[in-house]
Amino acid sequence: MSRNKLVKAGSVAAVLALGAAACGGSSSGSKPTSTGVKATYNAAIGGVVNKSTKVGGTINYVASSDFDSLDPARTYYAYSWDYQRIYQRTLMMFKPVAGKDGASVTGDLATGAGALSDGGKTVTYTLRDGITFETGAAIKSADIKYALERSFAQDVINGGPGATYLSPILVGGKTYKGPYKGGDLASIDATDPKKIVFHLTKAFADFDYLMALPISTPVPKASDTGRNGGANYQFHVVSSGPYKIATYQPGKVLNLVRNTAWKKDSDPNRLALPDKINLIEGLDSADEDQRVLAGSADMEIEGTGVQQDAQSKILTNPTNKVNADNPSTGFTRYISIQQTVAPLDNVHCRRAVQYAADKVALQFSRGGPIAGGDVATQLTPPNLSSYKKIDPYPSGSDNKGDLAKAKDELKQCGKPSGFTTKIATSNKGKGPKTAEALQQGLKRVGINAQIVAVDPSTYYSGVIGLPSNVKKQGLGLAVAGWGPDFPTPYGFFESIVDGRAIKKDGGNSNYAELNDPAINSLIDQAGSETDASKRNDLWAQVDQKVMDAAVILPFVADKALTYRGPRLTNVYINQAFGIYDFVNIGVTS
Amino acid sequence: MGRFVIRRLLGVVVLMFIVSAATFAVFFLGPKFVGADVARNFCGRVCNEQSLVEVKAKLGLDKPIYDQYGAYVKGIFVGRTFGSGETARDCPVPCLGYSFKTDLPVWNQMTDRLPVTFSLAIGAGLIWLVSGVAVGILSALRRGTLFDRAAMSVALAGVSLPVYFTGLVALSVFSYKFKWFVNVHYSGFTDNPAEWAKNLVLPWICLAFLYAATYARLTRANMLETMGEDYIRTARAKGLPEKVVIRKHGFRAALTPIVTIFGLDLGGLLGGAILTESVFGFPGVGKLAVDAIGQQDLPVILGVTLFAGFFIVMANLIVDVLYAYVDPRVRYS
Repeated sequence: MSRNKLVKAGSVAAVLALGAAACGGSSSGSKPTSTGVKATYNAAIGGVVNKSTKVGGTINYVASSDFDSLDPARTYYAYSWDYQRIYQRTLMMFKPVAGKDGASVTGDLATGAGALSDGGKTVTYTLRDGITFETGAAIKSADIKYALERSFAQDVINGGPGATYLSPILVGGKTYKGPYKGGDLASIDATDPKKIVFHLTKAFADFDYLMALPISTPVPKASDTGRNGGANYQFHVVSSGPYKIATYQPGKVLNLVRNTAWKKDSDPNRLALPDKINLIEGLDSADEDQRVLAGSADMEIEGTGVQQDAQSKILTNPTNKVNADNPSTGFTRYISIQQTVAPLDNVHCRRAVQYAADKVALQFSRGGPIAGGDVATQLTPPNLSSYKKIDPYPSGSDNKGDLAKAKDELKQCGKPSGFTTKIATSNKGKGPKTAEALQQGLKRVGINAQIVAVDPSTYYSGVIGLPSNVKKQGLGLAVAGWGPDFPTPYGFFESIVDGRAIKKDGGNSNYAELNDPAINSLIDQAGSETDASKRNDLWAQVDQKVMDAAVILPFVADKALTYRGPRLTNVYINQAFGIYDFVNIGVTS
Repeated sequence: MGRFVIRRLLGVVVLMFIVSAATFAVFFLGPKFVGADVARNFCGRVCNEQSLVEVKAKLGLDKPIYDQYGAYVKGIFVGRTFGSGETARDCPVPCLGYSFKTDLPVWNQMTDRLPVTFSLAIGAGLIWLVSGVAVGILSALRRGTLFDRAAMSVALAGVSLPVYFTGLVALSVFSYKFKWFVNVHYSGFTDNPAEWAKNLVLPWICLAFLYAATYARLTRANMLETMGEDYIRTARAKGLPEKVVIRKHGFRAALTPIVTIFGLDLGGLLGGAILTESVFGFPGVGKLAVDAIGQQDLPVILGVTLFAGFFIVMANLIVDVLYAYVDPRVRYS
């Protein structure tokens, strides 16, 4: 999941009522229930399959690899964030419900959404009664403050999004180094053990959403010292939810058992049904599918979708198909068209690329309509509230490209016979196939592109995410994708199209370096707009303007074919993650 | 013999030094030639110039390459400390560094996974050695019979079919279809020996099938060649029983190349049975290597390379020593 975002507080005006309005927070937690539905194909997308309150049993999950980290300050995988909700609690949380409401937040350790004062620059949360760590010790506001502070210590706990999000928002955040070297961050006030107060540089509408991320999982300072602290805390995490870790062998197993110190009265969001939750890691993907289909495992947790062999077994067998879903993941897959690389600095050349691309071939490079997703014609994914269908560069009736228009744009660009450029891609997964599909499509109008495949570990941070490198290597086109860390238009757009979020020294997500004052201004307006309908209109305008600039060629709105074991109860897709919500799943036997 | 072993051990040290220096250079110096920065692998996706500088300082990547290699080698023998102050991390002997991705000590990761790889390699090794050699001998002694042809056909299939094929077929049939081996996963020997063995049956058979085929063909060819030697005829002419001729004169001579190849194969597998571990999801050293390569986790790749190199070199040494016992014609000076 591309979650590389710098949250800019500067784009949001001070509005007292905005926080509650934008965040949809409830004051007393969300009942972990929705409409119960029978197991049918796609039933878990909008409803709760096998709704039940039956307690007991063991769930057996499988995964192809280990989590990126169990340290809440470090983890950055969507399924890891989702999974941690089983045994950890955060200040706020995404509602554990099916349907669109799952993309909104509710109080977890906090009684409800943050109370705003000082023109939105002060946010105060009140903690629930009876909240404890697995040790039985009461969770105090200082434990949450400490957890947030340690996410700034990027030299010790690298990789997490905490510092990137929080440093521009919190007063003093930009120079703060974390609790190991930097001491205390005064803008997080935990003087009252039942209240935590944040002092922001400017009002920030999505602050409740930030507090629903694992970075706000409480960490007892005493457990983060010596041999078990710092980078090693991930192997000794202290649970705050209804389960705790019984066994963790990285890359092998993660077994959870009940946390007897957890009090149900303090947690209206979790049902805590099974007695044990086991996870086997490191399995071959095809083996995972077979195990789940054979019933020896209940679910694959990464949510990236089953392999090709399992797809046919599911889609052609009605017994299997009723246990499958094909949800939108919230990602848009696109080609970034780099306006810093000639001749793509000319909008007509960029438009030629838009028209020449064969979107059907690109769709099949991702796995086709089921495993890949629907053909996309705009940047906004369909599950965002601001989605309004547009198609500025029609690819013909068959979506295979409009070559006549592409050639016409090439003429206007001064390159009637085409040009040469490079396509950057990760050398793993579906990237190379996507690059080949693009290469073939462009070749039809004389645009000859050489593929540059790079290891994924540095692809985003140091290859296409380093503007100087893009220019130096002449990477005119780049295979990319984006899904929001939190499901708001701001969470989706800000990092990838706000010119002020461009990071010149690496880790840049606005790959095309789009810096249009009109778009930046719309982002600011949308951030400060209290009316949801007007706000969505503004984000729709952002989408339109980005497409007008022709720097992004969207081709697929991501989907995945996933399978839920038939003995699982309370199964639904959580819209915040685009995968199954693990929080309240139980078993029938 | 003693001097020979000491000389070879010194050779092992020199070889390991060369392997470590070459591997270190490939992974830590190589990226610089293509403009890449090793520190970015540890920096995560949210990486900026400041965090890059901090990461370099913490891992010692801001120092010249020879200093980095010196610190690496020194760490193996005396341990090492990464970072400074309150966040300093001690890496105890033998320190092979910390994983870029998991932050676990590389040595611990490998030793943690070694029982898996040992269980797999040694069990499969015994199976393929016994079955492969037995089939090879019988085929040689019954040359041209139906058994010989059938055995060699199966052996050909074994050589031709990779583990990722036989493994998936075995899982489909015996795990998913007949459910004889449900939920195959590695279970520690000390936790439950019966579970340990049950979960290893399919991986053992699949891995052994591949190697046994080679051993059967090799043994057969060696036996046929040996049984045609003059001294075999002499032994028979002396009136020795056929069993004695086969066991003491034929098989022993034919065994020499088998010992050689077995030592090397087993040594190689102890460095990680990559395909078998990946197909069955066994968290062994090979799987660790695959995952590390996929994530560009250089310290782990380097550690596994040294580990695997050590086993192969040691296996060579043991094979050479065993030669003296298996084949009296071999003499060490």
